[in-house]
Amino acid sequence: MSAQAEGLVVAPRRRLRDNAVVVALRGSHQAIFGGAVLSVVILIALLAPWIAPYGEHERVGEVFEPPSSAHWLGLDDGGFDMVSLMMFGTRVSLIVGFSAALVAMLIGGSVGIIAGFFGGRTDTLLMRITDYFISIPDLPLMIVVAAVWGRSLRNIILIIGVIYWTSTARVVRAQVKSVRERGYIRRTRVLGASNMRLIVRHVLPQVAPLLVATSVLMVAYAIFAETAIAFLGLGDPSATSWGLLIENAFARDAITVGAWWAIVPPGIAVAIVVVALTMLGTAIEDALNPRLRVSHVSVRRFKLRAAPPRPEDET
Amino acid sequence: MSAAPLLAVRDLVVHYPMARGIVGTVGRKEERVVRAVDGVSLTVASGELVALVGESGCGKTTTAHAVMRMLVPRSGSVEISGRDIAPLSERALRPLRREAQIVFQDPYESLDPRYRVRDTVTEPLVIHGMGNKEERTERVRLALEHAGLSPAELFLDRYPHELSGGQRQRVAIASALVLEPKLLVADEPVSMLDVSVRAGILDLLDGLRRTGLGILMITHDLSTAAHYADRILVMYLGRIVEEGPARAVVNDPQHPYTRALISVVPRRDPNDKHREQILQGETPNPVDIPDGCRFHPRCPIGDESCLAVDPQLMGEGAHRAACIKL
Amino acid sequence: MSAAPVLEVQDLHVWFDLGHGRELNAVQGASLTLARGERMGLVGESGCGKTTLSLALMGLLPPNASVAGHVLLDGVDILAGGEDSLRPHRWRDIAMVFQGAMNAFNPVKRIGSQIVEAMELHDVASGRAAQARCGELLELVGIRAERANRFPHEFSGGMRQRAAIAMALSCQPRVLLADEPTTALDVMVQAQILQLLTRLSDELGLAIILVTHDLPVVAQTCQTAAVMYAGRVAELGPTVALYDAPRHPYTRMLFAATPDLTGTAGVASIPGAPPRLDRPLVACPFAPRCDSVFATCRERRPPLLTVGEGHLAACHLAGSVA
Repeated sequence: MSAQAEGLVVAPRRRLRDNAVVVALRGSHQAIFGGAVLSVVILIALLAPWIAPYGEHERVGEVFEPPSSAHWLGLDDGGFDMVSLMMFGTRVSLIVGFSAALVAMLIGGSVGIIAGFFGGRTDTLLMRITDYFISIPDLPLMIVVAAVWGRSLRNIILIIGVIYWTSTARVVRAQVKSVRERGYIRRTRVLGASNMRLIVRHVLPQVAPLLVATSVLMVAYAIFAETAIAFLGLGDPSATSWGLLIENAFARDAITVGAWWAIVPPGIAVAIVVVALTMLGTAIEDALNPRLRVSHVSVRRFKLRAAPPRPEDET
Repeated sequence: MSAAPLLAVRDLVVHYPMARGIVGTVGRKEERVVRAVDGVSLTVASGELVALVGESGCGKTTTAHAVMRMLVPRSGSVEISGRDIAPLSERALRPLRREAQIVFQDPYESLDPRYRVRDTVTEPLVIHGMGNKEERTERVRLALEHAGLSPAELFLDRYPHELSGGQRQRVAIASALVLEPKLLVADEPVSMLDVSVRAGILDLLDGLRRTGLGILMITHDLSTAAHYADRILVMYLGRIVEEGPARAVVNDPQHPYTRALISVVPRRDPNDKHREQILQGETPNPVDIPDGCRFHPRCPIGDESCLAVDPQLMGEGAHRAACIKL
Repeated sequence: MSAAPVLEVQDLHVWFDLGHGRELNAVQGASLTLARGERMGLVGESGCGKTTLSLALMGLLPPNASVAGHVLLDGVDILAGGEDSLRPHRWRDIAMVFQGAMNAFNPVKRIGSQIVEAMELHDVASGRAAQARCGELLELVGIRAERANRFPHEFSGGMRQRAAIAMALSCQPRVLLADEPTTALDVMVQAQILQLLTRLSDELGLAIILVTHDLPVVAQTCQTAAVMYAGRVAELGPTVALYDAPRHPYTRMLFAATPDLTGTAGVASIPGAPPRLDRPLVACPFAPRCDSVFATCRERRPPLLTVGEGHLAACHLAGSVA
């Protein structure tokens, strides 16, 4: 019995750009906006040393000098150019954001996969640990860590990662549980595949897109968290981040003096980046969801149409 | 037939505990058990196609899973080529997985959507460390050809979504055949396929049987079993109630359940107006199995004597039934 | 069976708009007639259009669907005004038991109240009268009336299917569409349900269209059958005639592909696959797979011709012999 026996239902080879997820993303304004903003910010971060008009630690004028043609956003509390500081600030924010998200993803992903795949006691134990971590209050923990271990960038990244991995773990666990029941997992297991093989080669590829979406959202949280930490004075004083800029200006009474240009721009920058990342992450999550199928049985209005001409007369 | 049958199942028992819920656990209610398989014995020889038929809840799928060691039976033995696999550890089991393979019901779920056909069929060889790259390519090609996907080159680089249901099922069969198993368990292999495609897959299985493969086919469709099987085993509530050569079981059913079942299977000939013996009610839950003969509450010929005895398969020769009224 | 048909479908077409200018022509000019008390099987494999056709008769198509043709209910074209002309008849004159209807009950409401709700929504009865009628309906389908107060999960699959049938009958329709009513059920329960449907059509004069892929079910339950292929009716007529003397190769090959319990005749699959319906079809859609194909088959679409008493076939071969 040959292949032609059932006929090859050959859809033409599908290319990446026809992939349902990619198509959905291409059409999503959120995804496009988020992606564009992120690209611009990354570009600025990479090129900062070359495109910043002034140096990061270059004093070019008086404290809180207002915006002028030479300094579009004025000067900060140390007499440094705000525009340049903003550009250098992207580097720290992004480094912290991505690194912390990576830590959260690694921890959360592993916990989620192990709990979801093995189930039973392992699952219960890991979920209890997760619950414990969820119940730890973020702010006091950050304060304690900063006080005890010092205010370094590394500690900040670790703290954020350790606080935020739990949501990833839960989401991943749920998906792994559903993937684990799929027919091809069962079949491959019966073939004699080891758990490691099943996880790495069959479960992980299914979970990866979701991990990506969650990670993008995680970066948004992390950047926001870093800003908050810096604003509270717990940040690394040697790393110029947007949060630190706000904190410095605040501590030096920028508001009393009316130097809005020292506080508002970093705040807006954080807001834009966080919103953009959230939009992108949400758009990816939505694109990964199976299309909401049009309900087969629905009392919505169908349309009437004229009958096509009959090709021949029917008796 | 060789000395030891390919597959020999003896007194297989698979019970599942039922969840008691909070009230039950706290109140220390007696734990109830789903007696999915309650003492099943069967054999499959090389080159034989045995059909295990029954309605939902009869335990046929659980039996198949036990044969494939997808679960650990409570008691009983499952011997493949003379070796009991029931008590083995996962590790000891792995090399034996080459001897017996399974094809599942749903061709749309059986294949990893991200794997090309080539990768799906090669994977078993990789798992068992068989052959080098060239040898594997050749084995994969052969397996696809044996599964009726010819020329194999046309299919190697396809993804599952580019194939029809029948073709996907053939890929699943090929991935089972590539290990050159002696026993194939087919769990409802065609029930999710269109009618016009089923015969092709079943003919394929029939052809494989002729080359010496032993096949245990699980199905609810008696017509398919009647047509393709050498022997038919009828299950009810975890037991085999009748077994024998396919034609004998279908043309001359002994057990009242088999008789009723056969009478209600629709025939394709509208002129065939035979009398249907429709039993009342539905198959009871395998949790509450009646005392004595488990079929007696629905049996058209049962009486008080059936309450006392739990009948075993009885009769001369190959065609036997578990009924004291024979 | 009385002379005037209770339902007449004339040249029904259904298209689904797939976006980007593409269209799926799911039903391509299907016609059939149904008399009072007649049980007709609408048979075909996946994608042939049988479910779409039955949904079109109920007007339960999504907004991207467009319909052409006529649906005459006791002589009145209920499709003429689209949704507006169909709505008054939906459930009251034509009712449907859907695929997987046993799972369509609201799990947190009692079965009885859901049936009563159907009656109240369609202004058939309300309050006590509705409840009384609900009890009658359940008895009619073989469920004790007291069980109306139970929840769906307390019913077995077969009983839920019966309850779904009771609900469909609640507004006393003239036509019942049953879409794969027994596909998910065991063969014994299937026999019970089919026996029930047969009794309902014989005693109440209910006209039934049984949509299924299972030929033997149609052979045993339905007096007539319509075989669909690629959105069209390939052959239509008394079930006995379709078995003894099929006039369309697909009908013949479909029977041949169905294993039979008693016969020893060989079983043969049909090579190839059905055509895609998102492209215009030229000539006979079955030609690539037909074992009796000849030149004309690839050039012209075969018309649905009468080949016997109430027996029609859309095949060029059928026209040659009266």
